[in-house]
Amino acid sequence: MTVTPMNAHDQIAAGRRAANAGERWTARVLIALALVSTAFLIAAPLVYIFWRAFAAGIGGYWAAITTPDTLHAIWLTVIVTVIVVPVNVAFGIAVAWAIARFRFPGRGLLMTIVEIPFSISPIIAGICYLLLYGRQGFLGPFLREHDITVLFALPGIVLVTLFVTAPFVAREVLPLMLAKGSEQEEAAVTLGAKGWQVFRYVTLPGIRWALLYGAVLCAARAVGEFGGVSVVSGRVAGQTNTLPLQIELLYNEMNTSVAAFAAASTLTMIAIIALIAKTFLASHNRRD
Amino acid sequence: MSLISSLRTAAAVVVLAAAPALAQDKILNVSYDIGRELFEALNPVFAKTWKETTGRDVTVDQSHGGSSAQARAILEGLNADVVTFNQETDIDVLVDGGLVDADWRNAFPNGASPYYSLPAFVVREGNPKGIKDWSDLVRDDVQPVFANPRTSGNARYTYLAAYAFALEANGGDEAKANDFVKKLLSNVPVFDTGARASSQTFAERNIGDVLITFEAETAGIVAQYPGLERVTPGTSLFAAFPVALVRENAEKNGTVEVATAYLNWLYTPEAQRVLAAQNFRVTDKDVAAEVAAQFPEVKLLTVDVLGGWAEIKAKHFDEGGILDQVFEN
Repeated sequence: MTVTPMNAHDQIAAGRRAANAGERWTARVLIALALVSTAFLIAAPLVYIFWRAFAAGIGGYWAAITTPDTLHAIWLTVIVTVIVVPVNVAFGIAVAWAIARFRFPGRGLLMTIVEIPFSISPIIAGICYLLLYGRQGFLGPFLREHDITVLFALPGIVLVTLFVTAPFVAREVLPLMLAKGSEQEEAAVTLGAKGWQVFRYVTLPGIRWALLYGAVLCAARAVGEFGGVSVVSGRVAGQTNTLPLQIELLYNEMNTSVAAFAAASTLTMIAIIALIAKTFLASHNRRD
Repeated sequence: MSLISSLRTAAAVVVLAAAPALAQDKILNVSYDIGRELFEALNPVFAKTWKETTGRDVTVDQSHGGSSAQARAILEGLNADVVTFNQETDIDVLVDGGLVDADWRNAFPNGASPYYSLPAFVVREGNPKGIKDWSDLVRDDVQPVFANPRTSGNARYTYLAAYAFALEANGGDEAKANDFVKKLLSNVPVFDTGARASSQTFAERNIGDVLITFEAETAGIVAQYPGLERVTPGTSLFAAFPVALVRENAEKNGTVEVATAYLNWLYTPEAQRVLAAQNFRVTDKDVAAEVAAQFPEVKLLTVDVLGGWAEIKAKHFDEGGILDQVFEN
């Protein structure tokens, strides 16, 4: 029996097989851990929300959702989102464009400032607006003199939501614009395109999926915003209560758990729709 | 000059003549966090009465939140015409801000508290531990449940009621009262931040032998969770639900008349019946007699036996006060 020495290729393959057996176990344990923690941390609470929301049947759910105050809360949340998302899209493009295409003093600072809302708790944003625009605040006397209402009304809610959601679009668009570079835009300019045409036909098609992805994230965050808005809303039912605030209000009471969970499930459904849109857009984004 | 004044008179006549047709009053009532159902029941009744007596329509808008946070919002410009709170000290904050009259307690009857409640007990079915009064809560085999008195107004009342009970039982001996609340607090298995969370700890997680919360809450808890029953202790503490006109806002909004009428209306038999139906004790003698069966007799102490709110704050709740000394959480 002749012993043929293993060639290098076989040796590597054998080593890999041995390692694979060990790795497979590690992988299985890790996957099991991930599944169990996902089930307990994310899936179970979601199922529970819907289970409680429909505890009194579809009729009970519908009755809870269609009370005037809850309907108004849904409506207000939609209005705030519809205002906030386009503003942040414009803001995000402008910031990303400025940082990606120009060199100017303070460019690094601007990049940092845009990220600030991510690192500050929303309630701090709310309190800052309160201290600035409040009756005892810095701008308070001026606003009162001119009868301008900012806090405890739509403008205050929109401002805080804008603050909280400001980084989402810029953050998605900026890396893409930096990666793509400005060659195509420069070529367009050389061929005689005006600034607007460059943006419309060259820049925008390149970043559209990232832009939509950022907009969906921004919308999801705007819909769910609680901490900052709770400070500046005034919580007037049927006027300044957004959906998350309405959920808290309903939850704080006895005998209204169906109403609270029904409102919560509505918010959850919006979030799930946003998640599906996000996944769809993310796959397009990667392809670009 | 005379032309202008006659024009003014003419304008006033036109406005007054048009008023009944256009009249629409609107006030904002800023209130505590769990009062939504109560005012949803009260406001339509007031609107009907106001329409009948004045011919004008009125909308009462509601805002609900933790009453200290609500007071803060009013200080910063939330346009409240009236406040209906569950903590007197939160109205005093508005007095300091210049928004509410300093003598607001005398502006309406009963210390400006149209209805009131008191800390009471919820126990397990059949009251297996035989819990009847505050003295039972310091037994070694009894676990009472209530929220953290540092964060919850409801739990502060529980703490003060226990203290007032112990003071009375021991002939005013403060050292013995301190020991009593210390033992009480050490018996509590979990301190949640708010009363709602404590109710869940007791009713849903089945922790503890007795839940202590406002009597007005106990009916709702017993209705929602089968297997619990209510116990009213022999002695408890008067918990005011104070109301006040936010004068600065009401004057600016031109709503002083309707806002004052709204608060006065809360004392009428019509409103008091709605309040009693929501399990609040009421001040109107006739209505109180009608619903007497609903409310067991109880010896009510007021915060005055503890020296009033200013002294309570300094002595019990400020840093290094009695609560800090007896509460090792």
